[in-house]
Amino acid sequence: MTPLRTSAAAWTTAVQVAKTGARSPLAHTQQHFRLEGREIVRVMSLPEYLKDPARAKGHGLPPKDASLFQPGWEYKENAWGLSVDLGSCFGCNACVVACQSENNIPVVGKEQVGKNREMHWIRVDQYYEGTDLENPEIHHQPLMCQHCEMAPCEVVCPVAATVHGAEGLNEMAYNRCVGTRYCSNNCPYHVRRFNFLEYNGEREQEPVLKMLANPDVTVRSRGVMEKCTFCIQRINRARIVAEREGRAIRDGEIRTACQQTCPADAIVFGNINDPGANVSKLRSEPRTYWLLEELNTRPRTTYLAKVTNPNPDVEAG
Amino acid sequence: MSSTTNDVRVTDPIAQPPVLAPGHTPGSVTERISEMVHTKLTKTPKWWLLGLAVGFGLLNLFLLAVTNLFMTGIGIWGNNVPVGWGWDIVCFVWWIGIGHAGTLISAILLLLRQSWRNSINRFAEAMTVFAVACAGMYPILHLGRPWLPYWLLPLPGTLNMWPNFRSPLIWDVFAVSTYATISIVFWFVGMLPDLATLRDHAKSKVARFAYGMAALGWRNSARHWANYEVASLLLAGLSTPLVLSVHSIVSFDFSVGIVPGWHTTVFPPYFVAGAVFAGFAMVLTLVLPLRPLFKLHDFITERHLQNMAKVMLTTGLIVAYGYVLEIWAAFYSGNEFEIFMVLNRFTGPYAVQYWLLILCNILVPQLLWFRQVRSNVWALWVIAMFINVGMWLERFVIIVVSLSRDYIPSNWAMYHGTKWDMAVFAGTIGLFLTLLLLFIRFLPALNMFEMRVLTPEATKAHGEEK
Repeated sequence: MTPLRTSAAAWTTAVQVAKTGARSPLAHTQQHFRLEGREIVRVMSLPEYLKDPARAKGHGLPPKDASLFQPGWEYKENAWGLSVDLGSCFGCNACVVACQSENNIPVVGKEQVGKNREMHWIRVDQYYEGTDLENPEIHHQPLMCQHCEMAPCEVVCPVAATVHGAEGLNEMAYNRCVGTRYCSNNCPYHVRRFNFLEYNGEREQEPVLKMLANPDVTVRSRGVMEKCTFCIQRINRARIVAEREGRAIRDGEIRTACQQTCPADAIVFGNINDPGANVSKLRSEPRTYWLLEELNTRPRTTYLAKVTNPNPDVEAG
Repeated sequence: MSSTTNDVRVTDPIAQPPVLAPGHTPGSVTERISEMVHTKLTKTPKWWLLGLAVGFGLLNLFLLAVTNLFMTGIGIWGNNVPVGWGWDIVCFVWWIGIGHAGTLISAILLLLRQSWRNSINRFAEAMTVFAVACAGMYPILHLGRPWLPYWLLPLPGTLNMWPNFRSPLIWDVFAVSTYATISIVFWFVGMLPDLATLRDHAKSKVARFAYGMAALGWRNSARHWANYEVASLLLAGLSTPLVLSVHSIVSFDFSVGIVPGWHTTVFPPYFVAGAVFAGFAMVLTLVLPLRPLFKLHDFITERHLQNMAKVMLTTGLIVAYGYVLEIWAAFYSGNEFEIFMVLNRFTGPYAVQYWLLILCNILVPQLLWFRQVRSNVWALWVIAMFINVGMWLERFVIIVVSLSRDYIPSNWAMYHGTKWDMAVFAGTIGLFLTLLLLFIRFLPALNMFEMRVLTPEATKAHGEEK
């Protein structure tokens, strides 16, 4: 029973709403909602798509020899990749919550979010377009670590705490990280998250809260960088099962937390070296594009451009 | 300015104020400079005690701020995710830049035989050492886990891990530590003959013992002087490339990154010029008040102020050229992100900082074209302060403004330094002030033996007068 509403007046209340004149800052994880003409989210109308299905691809990835520095590593077995269909995503944010619970991501609270220190490994960016302020066109874009093959974060880490895995993952060695934040500055997608404070302190002190954490995932401490791992714990679990059974990992056997939760099946994970894999088929679709491809980061995450086919009657109404 | 026969100016083809006021003998030079050190502790000037109280007070604020930083974490600062570096790295680059004037004066001007440097070189070298001390702390303080800075060193250990030699931060470790080492050695070796002079003139036993230990047994013998000349020439040779390399490497922290506003080849020369620019501004900021306080007008003459102002004007123009080139390169590249970066500096949320930077670093220093301004100590000091502020803003614009709005608009966010950012910066100023005041009170702040060389007696003895 709250003091606002006692049993004496169960259905009516004397509470009134009045302007106090006080101001309170809103905490939001995103502050800029225009695309500024940049090809971050790519959208085609159906006629445009039918005319040139690969229209959204732009220039595509630069040729392999565009860089003086070659990775010098061949991915013979597994090469993990992820495909995100912007046509399917409707911005429900379920992936964000799934990732948060799977990967022991701390909830940092209003004050820290207000300082742009949210810890989400995946986020759903929202952009508004058009001149109708009442009814703008809305685009959603899930963004997580792109697992670049030529990752700008890896070169600049002075202690080699973020390195390239044998299967093409961009890996974080939390124990090695000293927290210079250079990787985060140099990540063009800014998907890396930093523990500015001890965000897991409460969890460590409360025995009940300790049980909250996923035992397969390290709980990170203060001063350490973290980011999307493509749910490496799930990859390793599948690898162990496959090794025990003496077979290769099957397509669809590994589902990342975001993929598993997505109600629209917008996210698909798999081995891009396997031409039969679902992710490979999606990647070979003409709608596929790479985010900021001109930087030659060669992301392992690809996007499928959104194709719109608005009903002219609805549009007019 | 009237010319006298024993004025060194007579050897000068262009009429300029002398580098040493007329009427000095080697003895009077020694006496005047060592007097600053030999004043009894009870007769310490009031302004010195007041300055030390301020400096030491700020140093305690530093202790407080760093304790909180180590206990709580980087979160007490304003850093966030698009802007991973804020006041911490801005101040690091600012301090490192300031040090450069000292090295330029002590090394390059020595090799170029610019004898006007003799009266300011010791002071500028000390400034270098103290500025590097302030700068050198930031890379450790800014770490998320500041108890692990040794992981950046190539130490053979049980970790079996080398640092990542591809990272510009590792180059920084080498550049800054080399710079600190050479600067300290050069400064100390250059002080040996003067420490011996202080030992010989010391009135108390404690002073004689302390200066005697520091002088490493210097006895003024011809062999000592021969060794000294070789050593200082070698150290000058070692320091000269450092003037260029240290700030070039610091600039690589940015130019190797792919952030629009960072990724540009103009950075190394433009950073070096900026460093010399900032360094001379700081020398003037400190020397101008010290001159009347210690009555040093005979030793730091109008000629010195003129010359320093000219160096500032020249390096300031190089820096201005760098700014113009950044704008030009952005549009020439045709790259939408680069063009946006420039327009964002002009009109974005941090436009005030950008235009203040232009005012401080480009417009105000143009006053130095006028001789009247260059010889007016008040005007010089105000201009130097403008440059000190402008150079801080320059690093802020490069680091923070570039990061706050880069590739993906959904990332864009503002950065605000907190009171703890300011406390750490004020604290480093406290450390700098404390060290500097201790230095001018207890060590020879002006180079006695090189000043003696400038007296007419010495020049005659060497038969240099034509």
